[in-house]
Amino acid sequence: MASLVRSWIPLLILQSFLVAVAFGSKEAEQFSEALLLKPLPDRKVLAHFHFENRAPPSNSHGRHHHLFPKAISQLVQKFRVKEMELSFTQGRWNHEHWGGFDPLSSMNAKPVGVELWAVFDVPQSQVDTSWKNLTHALSGLFCASINFLESSTSYAAPTWGFGTNSDKLRYGSLPREAVCTENLTPWLKLLPCRDKDGISALMNRPSVYRGFYHSQRLHLSTVESGQEGLGSGIVLEQTLTVVLQPETTSVETNMQPSWSLSSLFGRKVVGSCVLAKSSNVYLQLEGRLGHESKNVDTEIEAHKLWKNADFDLSLKPDRVLRESSGLLFIFDIDKSSDSEPFDLGLNWKLPSKWSCQQAPLQASRFLMGSGNERGAIAILLKATESQEKLPGRELTDGRCTIKANIFQIFPWYIKVYYHTLQIFVDQQQKTDSEVLKKINVSPSTDKVSSGMLEMMLELPCEVKSAAISIEYDKGFLHIDEYPPDANQGFDIPSALISFPSHHASLDFQEELSKSPLLSSFKEKSLVRSYTEVLLVPLTTPDFSMPYNVITITCTIFALYFGSLLNVLRRRIGEEERFLKSQAGKKTGGVKQLLLRLTAKIRGRPIEAPSSESPAAESSFLSTKLIFKIILIAGAAAAWQYFSTDK
Amino acid sequence: MATEKRDKEEEEVKTDDGSLKIKPRPIVQLGIFLVAHSPVFSVVFSAAGVLALLILPLLAKNTYISENALMPGSARSMLSNRDVSDGSKLVKDIKNYRLNHEGQVQKLIGKYMSEMGAEVYYQKFHPEGNQFHPLHFFSGPDSYTLLDNVSCASYGVNVAGIIRAPRGDGKESIVLVTPYDFINGGDYEALSLGITGTLFSLLARVTWLSKDIIWLVADSRYGDYRPVAAWLTEYHSPSFKDSDLLKCGELNTADKFRRAGTMAAALVLKVDGRSERFEDTLSIYAEASNGQMPNLDLINVVNYLAVHRQGFYVKVEKVVSLLSSSWLKIIGEIFEAVGKLAHTLNPDWNFGIPTADYLEGSATLASSLYSQALGIPTGPHGAFRDYQVDAITLKVSPRFPPDSKTRQHDFFLRGAKLLEGTIRSVNNLLEKFHQSFFLYLLTSPSKFISVGVYMIAFALLVASLPMVAASLYIDGCKALNNSTLNPAGNFKSWKWLDAAKQVFALHLFGLIVTLLPYFICQVPGQHSPSNRSIMWGTTSSSLLLITFATIPGCSPFSSRRHGTNWAVLKSVTISAAFIGLCLMSIINFATAEIGALLLVPTCLIVQPIKPALRSRRIKSLLGAFCSMVLLTIGFPVMLFAISKGLFGEGLVGLSLGGEFWTWLESLWAWKSATYLYIGMVHLPCWLLCLCILFHPS
Repeated sequence: MASLVRSWIPLLILQSFLVAVAFGSKEAEQFSEALLLKPLPDRKVLAHFHFENRAPPSNSHGRHHHLFPKAISQLVQKFRVKEMELSFTQGRWNHEHWGGFDPLSSMNAKPVGVELWAVFDVPQSQVDTSWKNLTHALSGLFCASINFLESSTSYAAPTWGFGTNSDKLRYGSLPREAVCTENLTPWLKLLPCRDKDGISALMNRPSVYRGFYHSQRLHLSTVESGQEGLGSGIVLEQTLTVVLQPETTSVETNMQPSWSLSSLFGRKVVGSCVLAKSSNVYLQLEGRLGHESKNVDTEIEAHKLWKNADFDLSLKPDRVLRESSGLLFIFDIDKSSDSEPFDLGLNWKLPSKWSCQQAPLQASRFLMGSGNERGAIAILLKATESQEKLPGRELTDGRCTIKANIFQIFPWYIKVYYHTLQIFVDQQQKTDSEVLKKINVSPSTDKVSSGMLEMMLELPCEVKSAAISIEYDKGFLHIDEYPPDANQGFDIPSALISFPSHHASLDFQEELSKSPLLSSFKEKSLVRSYTEVLLVPLTTPDFSMPYNVITITCTIFALYFGSLLNVLRRRIGEEERFLKSQAGKKTGGVKQLLLRLTAKIRGRPIEAPSSESPAAESSFLSTKLIFKIILIAGAAAAWQYFSTDK
Repeated sequence: MATEKRDKEEEEVKTDDGSLKIKPRPIVQLGIFLVAHSPVFSVVFSAAGVLALLILPLLAKNTYISENALMPGSARSMLSNRDVSDGSKLVKDIKNYRLNHEGQVQKLIGKYMSEMGAEVYYQKFHPEGNQFHPLHFFSGPDSYTLLDNVSCASYGVNVAGIIRAPRGDGKESIVLVTPYDFINGGDYEALSLGITGTLFSLLARVTWLSKDIIWLVADSRYGDYRPVAAWLTEYHSPSFKDSDLLKCGELNTADKFRRAGTMAAALVLKVDGRSERFEDTLSIYAEASNGQMPNLDLINVVNYLAVHRQGFYVKVEKVVSLLSSSWLKIIGEIFEAVGKLAHTLNPDWNFGIPTADYLEGSATLASSLYSQALGIPTGPHGAFRDYQVDAITLKVSPRFPPDSKTRQHDFFLRGAKLLEGTIRSVNNLLEKFHQSFFLYLLTSPSKFISVGVYMIAFALLVASLPMVAASLYIDGCKALNNSTLNPAGNFKSWKWLDAAKQVFALHLFGLIVTLLPYFICQVPGQHSPSNRSIMWGTTSSSLLLITFATIPGCSPFSSRRHGTNWAVLKSVTISAAFIGLCLMSIINFATAEIGALLLVPTCLIVQPIKPALRSRRIKSLLGAFCSMVLLTIGFPVMLFAISKGLFGEGLVGLSLGGEFWTWLESLWAWKSATYLYIGMVHLPCWLLCLCILFHPS
């Protein structure tokens, strides 16, 4: 019996372990990949790669991960990051043509260069330290100079203007950071299949970097488990958004170009990443709902959706979803294989035109004034055509208003005078109290911290344009703060315009599958847009100036000390007496001159010719000297003559 | 200069002490020597100054691309026939449109731009811009002050298209400007649109752009400069307030203005007239207001590409009348002979250049000096300089008539290739233009004289002034000591005070005369320029009489009792001229150079005429004659007339006053510092010289 029991115990242990594993599998780490393709109205194609990696809340002792990148989890644990986003962007998002009011653009339209923000779960006093350490860690992880964000002059702590209300938020951006494949490679290393398999295999570097816009983003957030003893889970979201121009042979300019995955990327998808829970390709077509009838039940109708008079798809979609402004075709790439690669193509048959939904106000920012002394920054908000149709209008005191948040960091060398803030609405100057609902200003300190401006505008709904201008003085940099070579100017990071009462989301009529990409689209996201980076030419000193200064200073010093010593050392009375006595027994003028000359050459004071012999000697010396000079001159002339003759 | 001044002081101390027996230090000795022989040295220095100016064409260096990043001509041109046919189509469309329609060609151009994929907008502006305000000299470009009573009768409409660099960050832009008169622009002008249209078609699809491209078609109905200046004002300092101008016409331009970052460089392209030569001619204009020049590298790049890649004949403006002048030819021959002689002595001495080259060089140099000295921009590029943007105007003259289709294709291709290469070079730049020279004079499109060389002439010219002033002061003091007439003789060091009073009074008068035109402009009613100039002349001369009458000792006609010693007066005058010239050389070097050429000999040679007439010696009579001639030439109006004659604009007749007024008006409208120089340095010094000439001593 005992033996039976003894033999049972290991079995029981094993069983309980198996149960635990089976139970845990529901909470296991998950990875999913997706690719969204979207033709844009200006004959370009947007490709949005989306990878999500979830690490469930686990026991803090177990630090082993199956799929989740260890580097990131260590980062989260070490610096206690609650939420973080890092983006590398090249090129500008075209809000007019590529949209500004959908989740895709509000999340993936990023400012040029590197942008990083993070919320920490540490006491207030340690936030800055954590931020600094985080920047260094990320800098090493992504081969980028993110560590420049460590300096307190380059980051800010937005309170409410950024959209996330937290006092442990830090935000910084590096507009000058060049983004290239060396940043993409470490980013890909975080994926379980890297770029060897699955959707990420499409990322052919030349075609990805040939695009008009390129933004790689890494967003991570921790999920509190709520249970005792369990740590927090991490959700890592990695996206790459590229806007590509399909090669086109047709000369017709209003015809949309036809494309396929292989023509866009030069590669095809051969099977999904085996570690991925789901791997889908989506094709989003905007503005195509009007043509189709409501019911998609019948096979023919469904077929019509992807093969009709306007366009046809090369593959049959697995599902078709409808949302308020267009269609979404879903393809599952699990079926593809080496022999039958997944190569989705879109073939346009008729010219078609549509427009993207735009943010209520379109923002542009520019510098005013000329010269190296002062200037002004102006932010211009223009109403877009789609403004009237948008939801999110608010009625305050019976007036319809649009709210707009402006968040702007000023580097310290831009010394902003906040009292010069002027607001014009529809070409009429308004007082602050009329349109400004909230404002938060933290002035910059020279060489210590950057300035920050957050303001909330409340504009009437029928606004056509609004302009904000603020004046500044250009500061002087210390000599070692200049870049080593001549520079084109200094950057002012992008301003962020967000609309707190407007939220973008895709509203699907059907129930969704559990795709992370679609669920993230379905979430309401704040409508935001970044303005362009500005270039401020500062006074650049002539760096050869130190040399000039040194020479001039030395000359002045020499003159000053020389004359001072002269004054101190010389006894003028004696000299005069000496000269008088000299004048008494005047010798020949030429002789005197030669005497002085030899004295000068020898560096001795003039000896009084007390006797005849030194005078004779001196005259002898001088004749010798003259002889020498003549000899040397003759030799030089002869040398010159002979050398040139040859 | 500092040493000389110190010499002067020390030397004065010595003379005052009267202990001349003791030999002073060598440097002081040198000073005394120079001052004692100042007549000889002043002649030598002035002659050397003039000579240094004359040999400048010999010293010109070949230009070279200083900034390595520019790499002009290293990339293969990507222009295709498709682009050219796009450009040709645009020109044809414009021609047809203007034949058949009345109205705005701007829309046609705007349509073309937007078809290319550019962002297009229209801008309305007012033709009148520059107005004289005495306090606005040297201040930056005006902030946009819109007049309230804007009439819709006359306004221009600019079209601009922006190509965004595909992968660029939008921080910088390159501007292309083609002025075009939409109402009565000729066929040649339309060709410039063709070239830029061709280029635009290419730039819209290239991927190498790192800076945005702005193409501005400026409405040149009201001159070339004004539309560009208006556009730049709107670009840099817009008014957010409501303006009536926006409501004019059917075109709604409100809130459509777009920008593209800081401007890196600007190119203005114009096509006019037929080339006189066998090749297509390209003229480069670079002078902006107050003699400011764009970076030499920009000219170098254009010149390099035009000559070595596209086979244009490149030229810069020159004074044509100098080419045929015999005296210059003789000088050139002398220099050639000297150069040959030097070459035989030492084969390494190769400074001699052929006479023809010398003539060309001097004519170009003279024009370069004149345009810089005038301080008026030579084209629409001048508007960019106010915003620290390097810009030049390229004026292309094709060798074929404008309706020749076959030639037109080739012309468009080459013109667009030239612009493409230049834009590509500027596009390469990671920093601002900084590497090459900003202070230079051109003697040919590929030769320049840098500031270090051309300064010598001016330095030599003005070097004689302090010397002569010191020597005259010593003479004057001696004379005063001898005569017991002067009650102030007791205060030895205050001898110059009377003279200084007079000099100051006349300078004050000069200032008032300078400001008078502003008040004359305020006089209600329409007046012709000649009337205005007469008003100015009469007020000025009556003011002068009042000055002479009220301030004792100021007038040359006052009694001898009050009159100061002419030597002291001349000494102070020369000092004032010296200070004025040195100050001007900092502001606008070319003006100071030309001013010194006129003022220095006059100041040096002038002497009271009465003793000369009395003495009846040939030497003194000659001196008096010379000073009379120089003073006649030195009168600003006379100077204007001579310069007109020299530049081949025909001798002016009775309307001289009117034309002079218009000329001055243009000077102050362009904020030229030359105007201030004429009024506040040249005129007072000239008057003082006149006082010395008629001094009753």
